[in-house]
Parts: sequence; C-alpha cells; structure tokens
Amino acid sequence: MPSTSLHGASLGDRIYRFTTTAFAASVPLLLVLLGVEVMIAAWPALKAFHFSFLTSSRWDAVEGVFGAAPAIYGTIISSVLALVIATPLAVGVAIFLSEFAPPWLRQPVAFLVDLLAAIPSVVYGLWGIFVLVPLLREQVMPFITDRLHLGNTPLFSGPAYGPSMLAAGLILAIMVLPYISSVTREVLMAVPRSQREAALALGATRWEMIRGAVLPYASSGILGGVILGLGRALGETMAVTMVIGNRHEISSSLFAPGYTMASLIANEFSEATNDMHLSALMAVGAVLLALTLAVNMLARWLVWRVARQGR
Amino acid sequence: MRFRTLAALVAFPAVALTAGAQAVDLTGAGATFPYPIYSKWFSEYAAKTGVRINYQSIGSGGGIRQLSEQTVDFGASDAPMSDAELGKAKGGKVLHFPMVLGAVVVTYNLPDAGKTLKLSGPVLGDIFLGKITKWNDPRIAALNAGAKLPAKDILVVHRSDGSGTSFIFTDYLTAASPAWAAGPGKGKEVQWPVGLGGKGNEGVAGQVRQIVGSIGYVELAYARQNKLSYAEIQNGAGNFTAPTIEAITEAAASAAKKLEKDTDYRVSIVNAPGKKSYPISSFTWLLVYEQMPNATKAKKLADFLKYAFKDGQQSAAALDYAPLPTNLIKQLEKRVAGLTTGR
Repeated sequence: MPSTSLHGASLGDRIYRFTTTAFAASVPLLLVLLGVEVMIAAWPALKAFHFSFLTSSRWDAVEGVFGAAPAIYGTIISSVLALVIATPLAVGVAIFLSEFAPPWLRQPVAFLVDLLAAIPSVVYGLWGIFVLVPLLREQVMPFITDRLHLGNTPLFSGPAYGPSMLAAGLILAIMVLPYISSVTREVLMAVPRSQREAALALGATRWEMIRGAVLPYASSGILGGVILGLGRALGETMAVTMVIGNRHEISSSLFAPGYTMASLIANEFSEATNDMHLSALMAVGAVLLALTLAVNMLARWLVWRVARQGR
Repeated sequence: MRFRTLAALVAFPAVALTAGAQAVDLTGAGATFPYPIYSKWFSEYAAKTGVRINYQSIGSGGGIRQLSEQTVDFGASDAPMSDAELGKAKGGKVLHFPMVLGAVVVTYNLPDAGKTLKLSGPVLGDIFLGKITKWNDPRIAALNAGAKLPAKDILVVHRSDGSGTSFIFTDYLTAASPAWAAGPGKGKEVQWPVGLGGKGNEGVAGQVRQIVGSIGYVELAYARQNKLSYAEIQNGAGNFTAPTIEAITEAAASAAKKLEKDTDYRVSIVNAPGKKSYPISSFTWLLVYEQMPNATKAKKLADFLKYAFKDGQQSAAALDYAPLPTNLIKQLEKRVAGLTTGR
C-alpha cells in the first residue's frame, strides 16, 4: 500500500476535502440566500412603514396599512409562557427518569414522553379546539376568576371565550416538553458517577446530591434543551393558529385572544394578491427569522457562559 | 402551511404515477370554495371525453398569481380580479366566466330562541362592528317579534385566514350597511373591529357551536352538511329569505337582467333586488386568457366550458351550489364561442 503523507495530499484527498468543504459551505450559504430573498421581498413594506411596522397594531389589508406589533408580541409571550410551564415539568420528568425511576419503568415512560414529539401539530390543534379550549372556558378560567378572585388582575381580566394566549401557551408547553425533557435526560445521564458518589460520600441526601452536584454540572446542557424548545415554540404554526383566536390586539390578559407571526403568515399568505400585502407578510417572515436568529445567538452565548462557570 | 406541505408530499407520488401513464391535458389552480363541484365536473368530463384536467385548490390568490405567470392554463377565484391584477397578467386579456353560485350563511348559537332568527344588513353590520353587543338589543328584537332573545353578550366569530367566504360576506355588509362601508370595507382579509378569528369554515363553525351567544358566517354547503342553524337575511327588496338553492339562483337572475351588454362579468350580486333572492350570494369564476398560446388547449378548454354550462349545472344542487340562471347561461355560451376562434 502506498503511504500518504500528511502534507502533500494526493488527488483523491484533495477532491474529498473540496467536496466536504462545499457541503459544509452550502448550509450557511442557504441561510444567507434565504435571508437575502426574504429581505428583498420584505423591503417595500419595511420602507413604507418604517418603525411603525414593528410598533403599530393596525393590520388592514383593505387600506394597505400594516403593523405587526400584536403578532410580534404574541409570538414572544406565547413562547415564554410555554417555557415557563414546560421547563419545570420537563426537568422534573427528566430528574425522575434519570435518578429515581426503577429500570423497568424508565424506558416505557421515556418512550411515551418522546412520543409527544411525534404527534403532528394539526392533531394538537384539533385536540386544542375540542378538549383544551372548552376545558379552559368552562373549568379553568371560571376557577381562576371566581374561586381565586383574580378576575380583576390585568393577567386574568376580560371575558373567557376559550381561544386565548393562555390556550396557545398551554398547547405549546405540551409540544416543547418532550424536547426539553429528552435533552435534559441525556445530559443528566451523562453526569459522571464519580460526581454523584463524591456528593453522597460527603453525607448529602439524594435531593442534595441532585441539587448540589448533578444539576450544576448539567446546567449548560439543560439550558440548551430549553432553547431548543423555545426555537420550536417560536415557529410553531398550525396548532397555535387553531387555538389563539387570531386577533390583532395587544392585551395584558392571558384570557384575551392574540396572534403570532407564524399564524399570520399561514392565515393570509395563500389569499394575498396585493403587492404591499405580500410584502408585509414577507416582512413578518423577516422579523420572525431575525428573532429566531437572535434567540439562538443569545442561547449560544448563555450556554457558553454557563459552561465556563460550571468548570 | 405544514398541513399543505404534507398533503403535497402525499399527493406527489400519486400525481407522478398517473402523469406517467396518461398526460394531463389542462392544468388549473385557484379557489378552494368550488373545489368539490369542479372535481366532480373534471372526473365526469374525463370519463365522457377522455380530456384530463388537473386542478389544484391552492386558494384564489395563488390561482390568480399562477395564471398571471402563465404556469397554469386557467385560474379560479371567488373574488373577481382587480384592474391592477388584470394589468399584471402576462398572457394578455383575462376573461371572467361565472361557473356556479354559492352563498354565505350567518350561523348563530341561541338554543332557546324558539324560531329562526331574522337579520337585516344594517343590524348585521352593527353586530360585526361591535355596536350591537347584546342579543336582546331593541333593533334585533324589532326584527324578531316572538323570539326569545337572552340578555347575553354577542360573540362575533370571523375567518382568520384569507378567503373568498370573507370577501362575499364583507361585500354584502359593504352593500347593505353604510356604517360597515365607512369602516372596514370589503376584502378577503379585513380589519375586524371585534371578535375571534377561526381558521377555515370548521374553525368558525367549531367556535359558534361551542359558545352560546356567538354568531359567525360560513359557506352554505358547509352549514348544510353540518346541520348548523342559520338566519334569514333581508334582501334588497325588503323580504327575509333563507339561503335555498332557488333563492340564490334568483339573486343571480335578477342581477343578470341589469347587466350591461358588454359586461366583463366581474359583478357582485350581493343584496340583489329580486323579491325572493338571497342577498349573500356570489358567483365563483374561472379565469381564462382570451388568447391562449396553444390552439389545442384553447379548444379543449372551450369545450369543457360548454359542458360545464350545460350538463355541469345539473350536478350543482346536489353539492349545495346553485346553478346559474338560464338567461345568463345563454350569454355565457356565446362568450365561449368567441374564445375558441380567438380575436
């Protein structure tokens, strides 16, 4: 067999290297092209409305005046709400599965939780319309306003119709839960045995061991899982559209209907023929893209920082 | 979005398989509202003549865009093309052919009302504007002597997705309610002053069915097939009519009498004058280039239009569409003859 030197690469090596480099470059290139295309299409609307596109609540296709503030607000609030609900639950599930569950229970439960990720979002939407929304309207919302007497607080005021920011947040929470819990479980499993044994040897209880030795070690990975869930929540379209009520209005109340950027595009794109309307929808797409990129960059930075502190 | 992609993925192998065996003669794209009757026509026509027509129900907006770019042989829309849209069509002059009639009904949830609700244009306009907020409002009560109207809040439910159904409904409100005309106006998407948005007919109907005191609008075919209760609406002559097939055809017949000789058929028939006509009725149109680049295709399309105006109309009622009135069909058949020979 001919020996290959590391420096003077043979022709085959060079072709191989060139091909893999091309593959690696094609993905970032695709992202850049996507961004450029969206920006070009969005430009007329951004030029016409300037900052009012981001701050105005008026979305009027008849008059050709577009402001996407409620959709931007709704996207952020529904996603944050989903994380607030899903993160403790998902981390709890992961801790149970990795630390407490007997082996015969671990696999089936983990499988069932992961299965949540395999359900098509339109099925979640249908379940939302027929089960979750009526449940919220008839049980949960009256309970919060009448029993807990929170009806006058800004967060829970207004009539309870069912389709609402709360419904969207809840359905998103169920949808992102498997992502967070699956990543967290893997990360917890990867915490070295020695780390746990050291904590136990110092006389820590099981809970103290998890809190003091396992979770800090795994924190950057857990954060990564949460961000993965956030990315999914920001872009989720069908299920949210079916339960959020689709209303161009910013309301402090979680009982009030709202809108998200992804829903807005999905709702209006197929029937938009007017140039400015199409451009405004593209601009919404551009804002959503920018928001997603910003969130991911922030996440990278956070993970990096936490990882550095953890050492 | 995702749903559609999935459907496309599933449909793709099927299309590829059939296309391999038998070539498609004509392709079209557009409105979803007339899709049930179009697909029935296309399959019957294929069985009868062997001419295969592929129609993609991607929505009126998409149909108009694809026709303008000449990627399909014909388009279909629930709202007529605007002058600006016509100007952008790359293949020259676009003709509108009314194919069949549809109606939009006002559905509501008042289980104890005791009788069918009657509503007029101005009252309906003020309900959807949020000016009338209670079911026992004197203006609703004045139209419904004897009905039990509760002191309940009215919840308005409208379509959240752009649709021909919204266009027809807001077109009616614009014609019949001056307050609405001065406010949101007509369009496939308008700025709704109040209420919840539901996606699709099923989204609106689902909300209305669940919440007592709600009111919304859906296609007639959807309302009938799902046995929803719907209101009688006051027409241009002042009578309250239910959306029967006859009442819808009557609306078109009375509107057709007033058409000018050289009409391009981009006409609205909402709030039509006839005594028995149902006021929230509309044509749905096929969009065709007057001069198609391919003579064989032009002939095939013209032959199909003739079939649709003759035999095709008979299958309309069974699918809850109303057939075109006979006076109009005569005019349209002449217009098809002009299409075949070109200019």
